[in-house]
Amino acid sequence: MKISVLAERRIIYLVLLIAVALPLLFPIGWKTEVSGYTQMAYDLIENTPENKVVIISFDYDPSTMTELQPMGEAMIEHAFKRDQKIIATALWPMGVQMAEQAFEKVLRDYPDKKRGLDYVNLGYKVGGMVTIQAMGRDLKEVYPNDTRNTPYDQIPLLANTRRLKDVAWVSSLSSGVPGLKEWMMVARDSYNVPVTGGCTAVSAPGFFPYVNEQRQLTGLLGGLKAASEYESLIGRLGSATTKMDAQSVAHLLILVFIALGNIKVFVAKKKKTTKTKAFIIKRRKSND
Amino acid sequence: MISIMNTFGVWLAAFFTLCIFSFLYQDNPFYKFAEQVFVGLSAAYWLVYIIYSIMVPNLFAKLAADFSGNIILLIPAALGLMMLMRIHPKTQWISRYPIAIMVGTTAGISMLRYMKSDILQQLTATMINPFAADTTPEVIGNLLMIIGTICGVYFFYFSKKQEGVSKAVSKVGIWFLMVSFGATFGYTVMARISLLIGRLDFLLGDWLHLIK
Amino acid sequence: MKSSAPLIFAFIVGIIVLLSEFIPHSPFNEIVSTLEGWFMIISGFAILLGQISLIRMNTHKIVHKLDNWQYHLAGLISFGLMLALGLLWGMQETPGILGDATGIQAWLGQKPFDYLFENAYLPLSATLFSLLAFFIASAAYRAFIIRGLESNLLMITAIIVIIGRTSIGTMLTGWLPESLHFWHFPNLADFIMEFPNTAAQRAILISAGLGIVGSSLRIILGIERSYLGGDK
Repeated sequence: MKISVLAERRIIYLVLLIAVALPLLFPIGWKTEVSGYTQMAYDLIENTPENKVVIISFDYDPSTMTELQPMGEAMIEHAFKRDQKIIATALWPMGVQMAEQAFEKVLRDYPDKKRGLDYVNLGYKVGGMVTIQAMGRDLKEVYPNDTRNTPYDQIPLLANTRRLKDVAWVSSLSSGVPGLKEWMMVARDSYNVPVTGGCTAVSAPGFFPYVNEQRQLTGLLGGLKAASEYESLIGRLGSATTKMDAQSVAHLLILVFIALGNIKVFVAKKKKTTKTKAFIIKRRKSND
Repeated sequence: MISIMNTFGVWLAAFFTLCIFSFLYQDNPFYKFAEQVFVGLSAAYWLVYIIYSIMVPNLFAKLAADFSGNIILLIPAALGLMMLMRIHPKTQWISRYPIAIMVGTTAGISMLRYMKSDILQQLTATMINPFAADTTPEVIGNLLMIIGTICGVYFFYFSKKQEGVSKAVSKVGIWFLMVSFGATFGYTVMARISLLIGRLDFLLGDWLHLIK
Repeated sequence: MKSSAPLIFAFIVGIIVLLSEFIPHSPFNEIVSTLEGWFMIISGFAILLGQISLIRMNTHKIVHKLDNWQYHLAGLISFGLMLALGLLWGMQETPGILGDATGIQAWLGQKPFDYLFENAYLPLSATLFSLLAFFIASAAYRAFIIRGLESNLLMITAIIVIIGRTSIGTMLTGWLPESLHFWHFPNLADFIMEFPNTAAQRAILISAGLGIVGSSLRIILGIERSYLGGDK
């Protein structure tokens, strides 16, 4: 039986859909190991003294929220646990809403944390690297007010934070440009502020060179797996952890697809060689 | 009323999700509709945020609060308006001035930042003593990193035809790049699957309530 | 003059930014700080320009009833709706022209702009990108074929990373004794990412960095002028 390319493709889609859906419906509860990169990011936040002001930049949009939103929530929770004061910013306009959603979720467990005192959302600014550079000179100039239109000077949390150098660490959750790279280039390499962050798994391989002895990046969370690792480090059963079973099953399926694809090509090649050989023998016989 | 509207919202979200998924079968009017709605919503979202996050606080509010003190802001405002002149072919040339200022600023900053972060810092990170590591795999890894970086950079050197020894060096560079692309593929699989998991989690959980 | 004057602007601005890095004193600091503020505002207008262009293009298609004009009409309506809701009542904590829409919020549970974002924009955006999962599965089946040494390297690495970055890797080789710990899948994946991958990505970064520095210099010196567009 010969299956058309289109039908073949649709079968692949359907199998993948089922493979991802089943573990979501019937969780397996597989465990994952924490990588050194995640541990490094965790240690940075863990070892920062309380009452320090930190920046978490939400540089992504809903298209990648499955990977990055759990990181945002986990980092907010970790900073709250350590009594650090969070400034939320966004280099992507959709990041503002992502930040609000993350705070809303974490605040259910931390009802005593107050906007303006423990955290503030300064919102979105266009300009990427240039804007971060401007933040290095004067935060108030870039953010005259927060998303509630409260003037910068009237936000208690920002009383002693005038420029980028005044924050203890920056974390950028980034799904592209501008994002983690721009923060690292300016905040770390120009103003010497420790920078950590998370990125989508697609871009993670490109960020590994920055986790080096110069500590251009202090740790890195790459994709959903790293998000689940971070959740396990702070003891939170978050959305990333619950989704890791589906991720593992789907990975296994992709490997099966690769194997099947190669077997198909191998069989086709073998058939072709056999046919060619038979043809040559036939021709030789007829020539004789 | 809120709960009814919440339910309606979830159904609306499910409708749009299924509209997009319908593309997997074949292109169809539902997908085309959803695609254009996405473009429209996305553009409006950007515009609203540009107005409320940049134009109002960084320009209009400052001018309204202290016009004479912030009079210099009229210059970027004028440059911004000049940028809009790009719409009409006859006035297009006016937009070159603000573009030149933006491009000049970006070029200056990029040159400095990339020089430091992507060239000097990366070179420094490669100039390590490979034998200073604690374990054998780390020593091997360090050696691989030094060799791989040098050969990789050499592969991208296109100014001279690569023959003989230089071709061999280049070839080693390609091997390292292939390993990296393989790793990137692995990570890409992870990323794409995650996005699908997110949507199925919504459909099976928030919409159909099948996930507890 | 029309084409040379902007080049002079770019040159002056670029040089000032470069000098400010090496002479971090007055007046360079102040000038660059002012430029950065201006950059943000002009960027805002640039995005506005993009939106205007989009509206014009869509309107043109609708007015002339070009192919699929109905869908573009739907796009334009959704644009207008989202824009109006955002401008009138704002979003999240930001008030709009008519305030915070307290009455509507009591009925809708949130601001209309946020409601549309959460129930229309968010699922559309997330689902559009999730389609890539299906395409990559299909690509894994059809295109990931062993052909030679290079493709073998790519394949082996991909398989180790795919296994090592999930719970399956932990289970498969978790039983290995301490002396063979290096061959544990997650450790192998970490080794690949930390050394050979870093080497190759670093080579790309250094090479691309050199390219960016070179093209930035060309822009500042006015050799590269394609960003200005053609003379009309």
